[in-house]
Parts: sequence; C-alpha cells; structure tokens
Amino acid sequence: MAQDTRQLNTPAASAEPVVRVRQLSRRFGERIILDRIDLDIRQGEFVALLGHSGSGKSTFLRALAGLDYAVEGDGGIAVPPQLSVVFQDARLLPWKSVLDNVAYGLRGPLPRQRAVDTLREVGLAGRERAWPGDLSGGEQQRVALARALVRSPQLLLADEPFGALDALTRLRMHDLLRRLCRHHQPAVLLVTHDVDEAIHLADRVLVLDHGRLTIDEPVRLPEGKAERLARIAALRGQLLAGLGVRDADDDAGAQAGEAAAAVKKAA
Amino acid sequence: MTADTVTPPLPADDALARPAAPHGTGVRRRSRLGPGDPIAYGYAIGPVLLLLIWTAGSLAGWIDPRTLAPPWVVLQTLAELAQSGRLWDNFETSAWRALQGLFWGVLAGVVLGVVAGLSRLGEYLIDGPVQIKRAIPTLALIPILMLWLGIGESMKITTIALIAMVPIYIQTHDCLRSIDNRYLELSETLGVTKREFIRHVVLPGSLPGFLLGLRFAVTASWLALVVVEQVNSVSGIGYMIELARTYGQTEIIVVGLALYAVLGLGSDWLVRLLQKRVLKWRKTLDN
Repeated sequence: MAQDTRQLNTPAASAEPVVRVRQLSRRFGERIILDRIDLDIRQGEFVALLGHSGSGKSTFLRALAGLDYAVEGDGGIAVPPQLSVVFQDARLLPWKSVLDNVAYGLRGPLPRQRAVDTLREVGLAGRERAWPGDLSGGEQQRVALARALVRSPQLLLADEPFGALDALTRLRMHDLLRRLCRHHQPAVLLVTHDVDEAIHLADRVLVLDHGRLTIDEPVRLPEGKAERLARIAALRGQLLAGLGVRDADDDAGAQAGEAAAAVKKAA
Repeated sequence: MTADTVTPPLPADDALARPAAPHGTGVRRRSRLGPGDPIAYGYAIGPVLLLLIWTAGSLAGWIDPRTLAPPWVVLQTLAELAQSGRLWDNFETSAWRALQGLFWGVLAGVVLGVVAGLSRLGEYLIDGPVQIKRAIPTLALIPILMLWLGIGESMKITTIALIAMVPIYIQTHDCLRSIDNRYLELSETLGVTKREFIRHVVLPGSLPGFLLGLRFAVTASWLALVVVEQVNSVSGIGYMIELARTYGQTEIIVVGLALYAVLGLGSDWLVRLLQKRVLKWRKTLDN
C-alpha cells in the first residue's frame, strides 16, 4: 500500500508550487519503478514527462492522480484538490450522451450550462446529444478534454492523450490543448513518448529513465525563426540522447552507411 | 517445391485497369459478415410457417384429429370458449398470477444481483444460495412450498417468482461484474459519490444484462405458470388444459397451448422492444 502524506490544501501564493513530490518511490514486487523522485510544478506550468514504454511514467502520473492504491511504495505527494485526468482512451460512458458525460459528477451552480459552454470551447457545439459511439476518435478525446476542463482543474494530468489518434488529428489537438491551457492556466503534467509533442507543447520537459528524472530542462523557444529551429534541434538531440535513442537525422546517415557497407560486402 | 505451389505472376496491367465488378449506383450495399438487412415483420415468418404445416397436415389427413385437432376446430373452440366467458376468466387469472410472480421475481433478482455485484460480502452471502436454488428443479420444490404456503395463490406466486428471479439475478450480476474497471478509475478521479457511481455507471452498465435476464424471466414465468396451475388449481389456463385432458378434448388443450404461446411470444416481443429503446447507444449486429 502506498504510504503517502497527502496534503489537500492549496498553496495560497501562486509563486508556490501547486504540485510537490518528495522522495516518491514505487515498486512492483522486487522491481523498482520510481526511485526517490522529487518534483515541483508551479501554477500554469506545462510540464511534459518523457520516457520509454515501461519507464514508469504512467505509474508516476497514476501516483499523482491517487489511482495507485494497489502499488507498494512511499514518499510525499501534495496535489491540489481540483485535479482532472485525461486518459489515453477517451473513457466516455457509452450509455450517456456527450453532454451527460461532461456533466457526470459535476458540482457547483448550473452544471449543464457549464458543460455546454466547455463543449463549445473544444469545438463540439451542437453535438451535445450525440452518443460517444457516434463520434470520431479525435472528437471523443475532445469530449474527454471538456470533461477535464469543466471542473476548472488546478492540475491537469494527461496520460498520452493523443497516442491513439492519427497524425493530423493529433496536430489539431496539440493546438487546442495549448490554447485551452493558456486560457485556463492549470498546472499540466503531460505524459508522452513523443519528443516533438513534448517540445511543441511544454514549458519544461522531463525524462524519466530507470526510475529517476535524468533530464529536467526548460524549453524556452527564442523568437527568431532560425534561432527557434536551432533550439528545437538541440533540445531534440538532448532529449533523444537522454532516452538512449539516436536522432533520426543521425540515424538516416548511419543507415545509409550500413547499406553502403552491405552492398560492398555482397559485391 | 513443386510447380503447383509457385505464386502466380502479377496480372498484366490491363487486368488491373479494368473496372471492378459493377457497383450498382442505387443499390444499398451491405456488410459481408453481418446477419443481413432486416425484413419487415420478419419475426412472424417462423411461427406462420409452423401454422401452415399444421393446416396442410390436417387437410391432407396426415394428422389424426385425436392426436391434434385441426386449426379450424381449434379456432371454433376458441370462439365458443371466448363467448361463454370461460376463456377470459381463465386468462385473466393466469396473467395476473404470472405478472405478480414476475414482479417479485424481477425485484428480488435485481436487488440480489446488484448487492452481490457491488460488495464482496453480498456475493459471499447471496451467490451460493441462488446457485443452489438454480440446481434444484422447480417441480421438486413445489411439495415443500405447498407444505409451507398451502395450495393457494401465495404458493403459486412464490413459485413463479423463484423461477423468474434466477435468470435476472445471473444476467444482472454477470453484466455488472463485467463493467470495465476503467470507468471505476474515471469515477474516482472525478470524485463522484458511491450513490452517483451506482446511478450513472453501475445501473446503466448492467442494464443490457438485466434486459437479457428479463427475456428469460418472462418466458420462465409462463412456464412456471403451467406447472403450478396443474397442481390443485380451480382456475387458470393450466386448469382449463388439465380439465380438457380428463375429457380427452384435444381442441381445448391446443387452445390453451396456443394461448400460452401467444402470451410467451407477445411478452418476449415487448421486452425486445424495450431493449431496443433503452439500449439505443449500443452498436451491435442488431442495428
């Protein structure tokens, strides 16, 4: 059982971090998944967490979401009480209309009106009465986003929310998510394995490797186009190296070399 | 490798360029593996065919009227019974018994199924006894119910309820347990109460199972009726059949059987209609 000290009061000053993780460890039996992790996330900060599949990035997110009751471990987690999770699958209740899915369990005044407004924000005005099964994958994920945002979360946890979408839909969803997060200013932790997605969306990128945060780097893209591209390329190289992957451009060169060698050998 | 197994060469270009088999412009295409398009009143085809075979057999003399009265005699008897009021009285008694038994059976099945599905303790307490009940034939249960409850209406209704309860319990419980765990996780992150969770996830999620169970239960309640009405009864369709047997009146027996058939088919159709309305959200082979 996870023995966490969960502090449920929100820090008053916005300079204070809204998420505080101290010495967080999690293990499945003998295998250590998370090894004494420390992390602070400030209000409005968009953090992307990168890692291989099986690196423990989802375990980390589930620990923050309070969904890891069956996992052994210890450490301190302080998260704001208003937190929303967007899962990889849209996870809509198939027997409820789009609107009822967004309003499910929603507290406060005029829940349905707020749900309608948020659906408009994600570009689904007029689809309130549709069944989730009649929506495309991208639309379903937008409903899930609306369901998360209508609760005005101080922390938004997203576990590879675009992983199951096609490339074009994913790009559109990136823009939508960025706009919504700028507007609502929640702290965001986006778990992804896509380096470009992380650079494109986040203010800060983390790499989780063997249970430790090995890279913690602000994105800080400069204004000028050339400088911007250079910064993206440099960051990309750094992150891919941190993940133990060679950059695709280097890869292409290496592959060409190998191919040439193979041809030579055959001849 | 022999020459027979060699992959055939690619077709020539002109074969690829040829238009494919004509796709009719106005023709509605259909799924190759689906059950096919629905036909209006298609459900009536099977029963009507049965009726035709019966009529033809009686006309041709293949069916001895002492074994099975021909349809026109049955219709005549039906008219006579209806005119004398005997039919309606018996029908009313039977329908009221089945309905009451079904009501208590459905109520008990749903409550027990949901309780056993939602809590471990409930399952440990309830599931065993229900499975035991399921293993005991109803006919074997009737003697003890007669000793406990007498031979009156309460014995009959209890028997019907006990029989109708089982499929409702099993289907509801099973469907409830197979609700995706991901919805539980989602509900926890949304901070909903147990009550909201039951109302918005558990009950609608187990509804398909409940409705399937209801189809079994409705038919089972009519079957149970037959059994209880032939034991110490002075009214009802079963009693009418039992009496006719004593006098060797096959046409009355057939009227009774046909009545049961119509009631069973009608109530099943009603439940199906309900199923279609309530489960609109489902994408299945059916729609």
